[in-house]
Amino acid sequence: MSQKINIAPEAFEYMEKVTGAGGVEVKVNLPKEKIEKINSICDAFGNDPGELINVLHEAQHAFGYIPAEIQDIVAHNLHMPVSQVYGVVTFYTFFSMTPKGEHPVSVCTGTACYVRGAERVLEEFRKELQLEVGETTPDGRFSLNCLRCVGACGLAPVVLVGEKVYGRVSPDGVKAIIEEYKK
Amino acid sequence: MSRYKIHLLVCGGTGCHSSESNLVYEMLRDELERKGLEKDVQVIRTGCFGFCEKGPILKILPDNTFYTQVKPSDAKEIIDEHIIKGRRVYRLLYTDPETEEHVPDSKQMDFYKKQLRIALRNCGTIDPENIDESIARDAYQALGKALTEYTPSETIDLIKRSGLRGRGGAGFPTGLKWEIAAKNNADRKYVVCNADEGDPGAFMDRSILEGDPHSVLEAMAICGYCIGATKGLIYIRAEYPLAIKRLKIAIAQAQEYGLLGEHILGADFSFDVTLRYGAGAFVCGEETALIHSMEGKRGEPSNKPPFPAQSGYLGKPTNVNNVETLANIPAIILKGAEWFSSIGTERSKGTKVFALAGKINNVGLIEVPMGITLREIIYEIGGGVKNGKKFKAVQTGGPSGGCLTEKHLDTPIDYESLTAAGSMMGSGGMIVLDEDDCMVSVAKFYLGFIVDESCGKCAPCRIGNKRLHETLGKITAGKGTQDDIEKLRNLGSVIKDASLCGLGQTSPNPVLSTLDNFMEEYLEHVHDKKCRSGRCRDLLYYVISKEDCIGCMACKRVCPTHAISGEKKEAHVINQDVCIKCGACMEKCQFDAISLMNDYPRVSATAAQTITES
Ligand SMILES: Cc1cc2nc3c(=O)[nH]c(=O)nc-3n(C[C@H](O)[C@H](O)[C@H](O)COP(=O)(O)O)c2cc1C
Ligand code: SF4
Ligand code: SF4
Ligand code: SF4
Ligand code: FES
Ligand code: FES
Repeated sequence: MSQKINIAPEAFEYMEKVTGAGGVEVKVNLPKEKIEKINSICDAFGNDPGELINVLHEAQHAFGYIPAEIQDIVAHNLHMPVSQVYGVVTFYTFFSMTPKGEHPVSVCTGTACYVRGAERVLEEFRKELQLEVGETTPDGRFSLNCLRCVGACGLAPVVLVGEKVYGRVSPDGVKAIIEEYKK
Repeated sequence: MSRYKIHLLVCGGTGCHSSESNLVYEMLRDELERKGLEKDVQVIRTGCFGFCEKGPILKILPDNTFYTQVKPSDAKEIIDEHIIKGRRVYRLLYTDPETEEHVPDSKQMDFYKKQLRIALRNCGTIDPENIDESIARDAYQALGKALTEYTPSETIDLIKRSGLRGRGGAGFPTGLKWEIAAKNNADRKYVVCNADEGDPGAFMDRSILEGDPHSVLEAMAICGYCIGATKGLIYIRAEYPLAIKRLKIAIAQAQEYGLLGEHILGADFSFDVTLRYGAGAFVCGEETALIHSMEGKRGEPSNKPPFPAQSGYLGKPTNVNNVETLANIPAIILKGAEWFSSIGTERSKGTKVFALAGKINNVGLIEVPMGITLREIIYEIGGGVKNGKKFKAVQTGGPSGGCLTEKHLDTPIDYESLTAAGSMMGSGGMIVLDEDDCMVSVAKFYLGFIVDESCGKCAPCRIGNKRLHETLGKITAGKGTQDDIEKLRNLGSVIKDASLCGLGQTSPNPVLSTLDNFMEEYLEHVHDKKCRSGRCRDLLYYVISKEDCIGCMACKRVCPTHAISGEKKEAHVINQDVCIKCGACMEKCQFDAISLMNDYPRVSATAAQTITES
């Protein structure tokens, strides 16, 4: 799946010099705390290139997404070209380079949900939120994504908002779900 | 378990968890405490019972009562009535759809009668977060037996004689695989458990890991002993947080008990297990891609040979097995190769776990002996097609598989028969489709999945599948031609032959098997511009009912393309060649005379002409 590349606005507010693990200096535009956070994640995995995916999981968990600046630092700490980090980030759908909304909506489009009408549910979310799949609302409240099977196929079609699972969702029920989070 | 008189088993699988089974668990405990019964009655959170459709599930032992769709607010009644007064809460019992009677004892449920649980033996009976319960059910005994009574090669021999084949899809004989890995000398070897389970709509492996993690850890240690490895890795999808949590707990508990780590059970054998996370890429289930992903790289497959058993993780011999394959191992060692090989068909031994989903009454997880028929699975265990609709097909093997139809219902299922029928065993997903499903759309759905998931390394898969998907899109949009059908077939077979890995080599299967079994639906889409199921939106038509139309002309006035003709007080007609399906006419008609149909009254070419002219 293709992803939009979007550089976070806060990226331009600061300029810091970071010293990567190999003593190489890189310039990145990130607040200090974030740089320290990502450095400590890399350290926790011994700056081992083999741990790249685990580092990225932690980074995604900590920041909600993995912008280009973070990738720069990871690459330097783990002694690898940025292109390799970028290659991995874009290969796996779990990693995202754009921030998700405050309430990320994920519609399951696994087979079990598909045959029980997930497509129409997705369409309803698109209409109601006025979003395409992969986008976030301008106010940052909602984002819309698809995923393939959360393993609750007995409840198909399934929708997740954050961690909460909604089962047997019908197109008519979409509005009510969104309303829950609008307040 | 014994100091309690009664056990309440609350399902803590993902399905039930999603419908608040954790609250049911809490409420039951609160209620018991309030009544001062917590010393006599134990509440356990178990793994999946398989009956996910009707979750949350609560089973009561020793009387085997099976409550379905239990809500947190039912807790009080269950404790008051069932536990204190000994009266079952009838409204919560499972109701047999045929006899419409309550079934109090789970042993009498059709869903369980034909099942034989080996890999799932402990799912739904133990608390997976408590190693003592697993041990009470013989966990780690097989490891002890192998370490003390058998040499590695004797253990491998036993697995070979059992006839166990890989459950991850390809069906490679497990004992043979271990033997190859054992024979390759190296300073380090690895045991890898493939828990990537990428087939969307399948959840066998997840349920085993959530319900009985120790069986997998034990089997990995046994494999390590056999092939001479000291390190095990489980590659698990990040989308399975509950399974990850339970595995972490299980690993820690096993280490604490000395069942993983240095000198296991006092023997000269050390083995430990760590977790690696997937990150949402279907192709990473393929073993070479999986290994690259574990090394922190893009999960692209590579050519075989070398096979992982020769050069795998970090270039060392690596044995990759599926979760379900591993879960069978301890049972085989304890009960013997002969016991296992007495179950199943000639070339496929033992049982298979299937995830039943789609248009079936009992969506859930089942384990059945090889050789059972689809009819038994769908109608007896699965409770038949949902809402009394007509069965159309069952898709097995996920995106790599194909569909089986009415005529395959009585074929005994094993690896060979499914392949012969144009599908495959795959990992065990079984999606039931009914008359409302359009087979062309289903094929398109799978191809869409493949296009998303193709890693892009080789051209036949990267480009070819995209063309297949586009062509199917053209057909479902009503723009297909006879040529397109030929193209699907030819391109499909080229992709199969020329792709690098198993993903591409099987990706055209959903198209080819629907072409074989449902050609008439393709032809209808192409020639009649008709989709019998009504699923393809572009092949729906606005049609005016002659009987209901009073000829008010309102629709004619709003139609932006002048597609409607008719005189005042006479029935109107829509010219389908001109209609752009905007729906304005239907909204305008106050007499409900216009409806959306999957077909329209066809008129001969000349008659159609007259309508346009008028
Ligand atoms: C595209 C693709 C996806 C696969 N996905 C899985 C999977 O999710 N789980 C799995 O166990 N095996 C999967 N396999 C099969 C593995 O490559 C491998 O054969 C299997 O893990 C071996 O274990 P077994 O012998 O115990 O079946 C996949 C294969 C291909 C080609
Ligand atoms: S067949 Fe597809 S998934 Fe496999 S290597 Fe080629 S492009 Fe990648
Ligand atoms: S609006 Fe309805 S009733 Fe009136 S002419 Fe059209 S179809 Fe007939
Ligand atoms: S659907 Fe739109 S274009 Fe077609 S007949 Fe009705 S009003 Fe005309
Ligand atoms: S397919 Fe949607 S939960 Fe499994
Ligand atoms: S998750 Fe509860 S029965 Fe399957």
